[in-house]
Amino acid sequence: MLVIGASAGGVDALLQLLRRLPLDSRLPIVVLLHLSASGESRLPEVFRQHLIVPVQQARDKEKIDNGVVYFAGPGYHLSIEKDRSFSLSCEEMCHYSRPAIDILMSSAADACGRSLAAILLTGASRDGAEGMAAVKSEGGITIVQDPREAEVSTMPQAAIDRCLPDAILPLSEIGFLIKHLGDATCK
Amino acid sequence: MRLEGPDVTNETSSPASSLRLSNLDIELRLLMEAIYLKYSYDFRNYSGASQKRRVLHALRTMQCDTISALQERVLRDSRAFMQLVQILTIPTSEMFRDPAHFLALRDQVVPLLKTYPSLKIWIAGCSTGEEAYSMAILLKEEELLDRSIVYATDINPQSLDKARKGIFSMERMPQYSDNYMKSGGKGMLADYYTAAYGAALFDRSLSENISFADHSLATDSVFSEMQLVSCRNVMIYFNSKLQNRALGLFHESLCHRGFLWLGSKESVEFSAYADRFEPVVKAGRMYRKAG
Repeated sequence: MLVIGASAGGVDALLQLLRRLPLDSRLPIVVLLHLSASGESRLPEVFRQHLIVPVQQARDKEKIDNGVVYFAGPGYHLSIEKDRSFSLSCEEMCHYSRPAIDILMSSAADACGRSLAAILLTGASRDGAEGMAAVKSEGGITIVQDPREAEVSTMPQAAIDRCLPDAILPLSEIGFLIKHLGDATCK
Repeated sequence: MRLEGPDVTNETSSPASSLRLSNLDIELRLLMEAIYLKYSYDFRNYSGASQKRRVLHALRTMQCDTISALQERVLRDSRAFMQLVQILTIPTSEMFRDPAHFLALRDQVVPLLKTYPSLKIWIAGCSTGEEAYSMAILLKEEELLDRSIVYATDINPQSLDKARKGIFSMERMPQYSDNYMKSGGKGMLADYYTAAYGAALFDRSLSENISFADHSLATDSVFSEMQLVSCRNVMIYFNSKLQNRALGLFHESLCHRGFLWLGSKESVEFSAYADRFEPVVKAGRMYRKAG
């Protein structure tokens, strides 16, 4: 499984990354892009127009399917359970954010262990640093966007400072990597 | 680089053999079993990820090094157990939460509720009462409160005590007022409370028809026939098994064609009751017992 966290500047970065996904991608991808708390998110609609793979908003108790790109919706924390389903919760905000990348990534690390890759992209928050550390300590792969290239460097830099990630790469190379992760899935 | 599935070949044939269980997971499960055996509170089928976060939070606030140490403490000290219940039950609530959904209730469901000579409404998992008082205000404005009984239930006795008092922080009132206006409120939220010393005391006339009671969706059964059950942002904390149990209670409790109201991100779709309820106001998460 692949989880991706992004904040300010994230829409463009994500489009650049996910556009490269091939139609026969089997990799389940869960994306958390910080949003305003109120209202419904139009992110799945926006990305559906640009990607050839199926795009959905993650729903409570839904089983995670291979080859689908899921987006975290607004107002609720999103977690991944050990039976590879989603769960939502309204616990307190984390880094002024709900959903929070730390919570998604930590739960994914707990559920998937070594069969997880986590990518952290551009953002003005420190959310995600703890989550990346959790992924790393459970044996997952951690990739951070090169802060020099990121539209806002705070978020990738905070993760680099917190845990030494496996790779610090520009978007073009992360995209190449995702494409090759595509045919390997975790049960 | 490949993202492979978990290696389960060395695991025993325990029921959880396909899952990764760490010592922490095992301790967590034992703690919930111990709590059930000792206090009859059943947290065994709560969603795993959020429950684990709550317990890790409890370790910090209750200064225990391990979950086993926490277990030893709550087994021997009922006050420590109550402290843990406060952490496990996440009492976060607000008045007229999801105002658009309240508006849908008012516009599309209330006209049907008005056809009943008397009403019974169950607010399951009422926490500190915000939802119950919101419902009472709506019923009052629709001239239904006098012929209604609102059962507001929860497992947390401290939350129920707070709910019975009907006192909420003044700090929250601007947001609640805003929600109230957007929910189709016919007056001002301030009409319903008295402000003093930073607190808002809600009118007794609202709570006269509310019956606050202890009830567990995990262990208790149905207690009356309802026209409307509201259970919002409660079942997201349950696993599928417990969700099915709760939905079973609601189904049994509801009268013919009765209404079920869920939280904005909840649905019956992935449950065993998907065919037993039909969506009536889909955006408002309102379902009706299938005929």
